[in-house]
Amino acid sequence: MIRVKITPNNKQSQLQYIREISGVNINKCIQCTKCSAGCPASARMDILPHEIIRLLQLGQVEKIFHSKSIWNCASCFVCTERCPRNIDIARLIEAIRLTIIRQPGKSKFKPDDVPGIIDDKMPQQVLVSGFRKYNR
Amino acid sequence: MPRIGAFVCWCGTNIAGTVDIEQVVQAVSEMSGIVYVKDYQYMCSEVGQNLVKTAIKEWQLERVIIASCSPRMHENTFRKAAKAAGLNPYLVEVANIREHCSWVHKNKEEATKKAIALIRAAVAKASLNTELIAKEIDVENRALVIGGGIAGIQTALDIAEAGYQVDVIEKSPSIGGKMAQIDKTFPTLDCSACILTPKMVDVASHPNINLYTYSEIESVNGFVGNFEVTIKQKARSVNLEKCTGCGICTEKCPSRKSKSEFDEGLRTRGAIYTPFPQAVPNVPVIDREHCLKFNTGKCGICEKLCPAGAIEFGQEDVLVTKKYGAVVVATGFDIIDLDKFGEYQYQNHPDVLTSLEFERLTNAAGPTAGKFIRPSNNKRPEKVVFIQCVGSRDVSSRGKSYCSKICCMYTAKQAMLIKDKYPDIEVYVFYIDVRTPGKNFDEFQRRAVEEYGVNYIKGMVGKIFPAGDKLIVHGVDSFTGDTLKIEADMVVLAAAAQAKPDAEVLGRKLAISTDTNNFFTEAHPKLRPVETHSAGIYLAGACQGPKDIPETVAQAGAAAAKVIGLLSKRKLVSNPCVSVVNEDLCNGCLSCLKICPYDAIAAKELATNNHGITSKRIVAKVNEALCQGCGGCTVACRPGAIDLKGFTNKQITAEVDALCH
Ligand SMILES: Cc1cc2nc3c(=O)[nH]c(=O)nc-3n(C[C@H](O)[C@H](O)[C@H](O)COP(=O)(O)OP(=O)(O)OC[C@H]3O[C@@H](n4cnc5c(N)ncnc54)[C@H](O)[C@@H]3O)c2cc1C
Ligand code: SF4
Ligand code: SF4
Repeated sequence: MIRVKITPNNKQSQLQYIREISGVNINKCIQCTKCSAGCPASARMDILPHEIIRLLQLGQVEKIFHSKSIWNCASCFVCTERCPRNIDIARLIEAIRLTIIRQPGKSKFKPDDVPGIIDDKMPQQVLVSGFRKYNR
Repeated sequence: MPRIGAFVCWCGTNIAGTVDIEQVVQAVSEMSGIVYVKDYQYMCSEVGQNLVKTAIKEWQLERVIIASCSPRMHENTFRKAAKAAGLNPYLVEVANIREHCSWVHKNKEEATKKAIALIRAAVAKASLNTELIAKEIDVENRALVIGGGIAGIQTALDIAEAGYQVDVIEKSPSIGGKMAQIDKTFPTLDCSACILTPKMVDVASHPNINLYTYSEIESVNGFVGNFEVTIKQKARSVNLEKCTGCGICTEKCPSRKSKSEFDEGLRTRGAIYTPFPQAVPNVPVIDREHCLKFNTGKCGICEKLCPAGAIEFGQEDVLVTKKYGAVVVATGFDIIDLDKFGEYQYQNHPDVLTSLEFERLTNAAGPTAGKFIRPSNNKRPEKVVFIQCVGSRDVSSRGKSYCSKICCMYTAKQAMLIKDKYPDIEVYVFYIDVRTPGKNFDEFQRRAVEEYGVNYIKGMVGKIFPAGDKLIVHGVDSFTGDTLKIEADMVVLAAAAQAKPDAEVLGRKLAISTDTNNFFTEAHPKLRPVETHSAGIYLAGACQGPKDIPETVAQAGAAAAKVIGLLSKRKLVSNPCVSVVNEDLCNGCLSCLKICPYDAIAAKELATNNHGITSKRIVAKVNEALCQGCGGCTVACRPGAIDLKGFTNKQITAEVDALCH
């Protein structure tokens, strides 16, 4: 892991983009960790949800972009439901994913791949969120 | 046109930062009637007041305008200054250019314009001001304390010691409040009952204190010095004088299904019960909802057994009306219901407790006689997890946005109480922040960590799952970023403190306000912390906001001092800004009588002589001692016969005209 100095101005434009599309005020987080403690996917996360917010507060989006966590997030909304500061964490993580996917050439989940992986039992929703999440 | 002097205050940068003082002074000096204008940094200071006094004399001022903060803040200050300089105090007019202007605006140009307009209105009104003479009213030298927790107890004792009569109204069957339920107290760990019960006895035996337990406020009328309060004494069904407190009835009552409120539902009680053995008064009450006699007509065992013949099934609620000079509200607090925090299993698992239940569980006089056991299986727990901030600092709809202030300290206390008796029990405390400002408070909390080895974990618990006879606590340690799973036997939740559910209703009866969280609002957060906006009504204890015992007792003493100060005056100066009726215009419709919230208007018969024919007609009459000058009647009166001194229709119209200028 690289040690990074606190550089709030680092990656301002991406940070601003994440803020804008999520509509979440990250400064409301008091780092209570309740989101991480209730997260059912935390075992497969290298950076926990509360740490994602802390890194955003420090302007260190790069670390988040390289983490597994954002792709392993189950979008179950438990964190959002229980956050005492009314922070929509799930939405914030979605915004981070979108920030990556919307960059040219970053969407790697191609429609042509779908017939190969689909089966009868797969709900449509999985495909939709699959396009959102697993297209790196 | 009277000679008017205007004084413009900067209030440091509070006003001067947003309002261009120079421009204001220039504009004011051109207003008609103005003969003198002066600005100063702090008009309320001694230098500032002297400027006013000197100018009144040197410039023979007949009216004074003070453009400054709200009249709520300093109107009285400047009225006194005017009086000292020989001017009738009611010829002073305050233009509020701080709260109504500089504090709420950012644009300097607009704020300056508004400040000038507000002063123009004040000048227009002041020109029409007349000299008013305040009258004196008597003060009833008895005080009322509402709530018999430690706040009410301390207030009552202090007032009684100063030689005044005090009545204490307590809603529940005994005084004592939450402090009576607590086991040991931080930061010294002395036993709560040992320091509280002697005070309870003092209250009961003090010749100047009169207790109304199991009683509530029905209605409040009147005003400072002369409150008229109706108290509802709920039917106790036991005669207070006859009962000797032997307790036979409470033992033998066959209805045993009700949960003990005092023991937080951890034990049941009879339908006839005394909340706890040291209750004051030590006289039981019958809970009619659960009493067999009241429900089926059969039983009456207590009546048969009572050696003193004290059981009175036929008792009814009694209303008592008494007069008081001052009122202290000390109704305390509650902890929140945890039904919205499903992830912590409070509703589903007997070993998940609230902090207050834990106090009862460790108390030597509690349901387990102080034996520390799990409610589910009566075995001693091996691992206990405390969770702080359950519902505190929580801006979602589940909690309270504020810090409950007492939980960090009582959790450290509770953790230490366990470790002190049973060093082998593992204790964990999950916290967001540890907040311990207070004398010897941080040292106390550090002792829990350093000497007792309590495991403090900075982080929250996300969920708890029961597994076998264990509770699996899922948490996070934010320092390491590790997720933790603790197999606990007991979980204690530090539930947020909250205002009493009926605070708003009581507030309405007393005409005092509550804040967004339903705690009673003090008159000024810094300078008038125990007063309310209603003169003669004071606050003590946790009803004003979460507080520990030391703070509660300090505030109780302060409230008592205010009451003693008020009652020691035999006369009060009344507000001369009261309504007057123009009998020539009054048509006797008495709309004003119906609208007056203070019952200050009555009908009066007037004999008239019209060319030798005498006839009688009805007109309205104002009781100046009762009128509070709210002005409600003046707008209700269709012929415009009733007017408010100091705020006449003409004055208000002049103000509005000046604003629209
Ligand atoms: C779990 C826990 C542990 C604590 N431990 C400590 C500690 O160790 N040390 C410490 O300093 N502080 C402690 N505290 C804080 C302490 O309980 C409060 O500071 C204290 O009780 C406040 O006293 P009070 O008189 O203002 O309110 P209360 O104790 O709530 O008393 C209010 C009284 O008013 C009565 N009342 C309410 N409404 C009405 C009404 N409408 N009419 C008439 N009567 C009414 C109530 O029945 C009650 O008797 C603890 C609190 C909790 C929850
Ligand atoms: S639950 Fe909310 S306040 Fe707590 S760490 Fe997560 S985002 Fe921050
Ligand atoms: S009459 Fe009511 S209070 Fe008395 S013993 Fe019977 S049930 Fe209990």
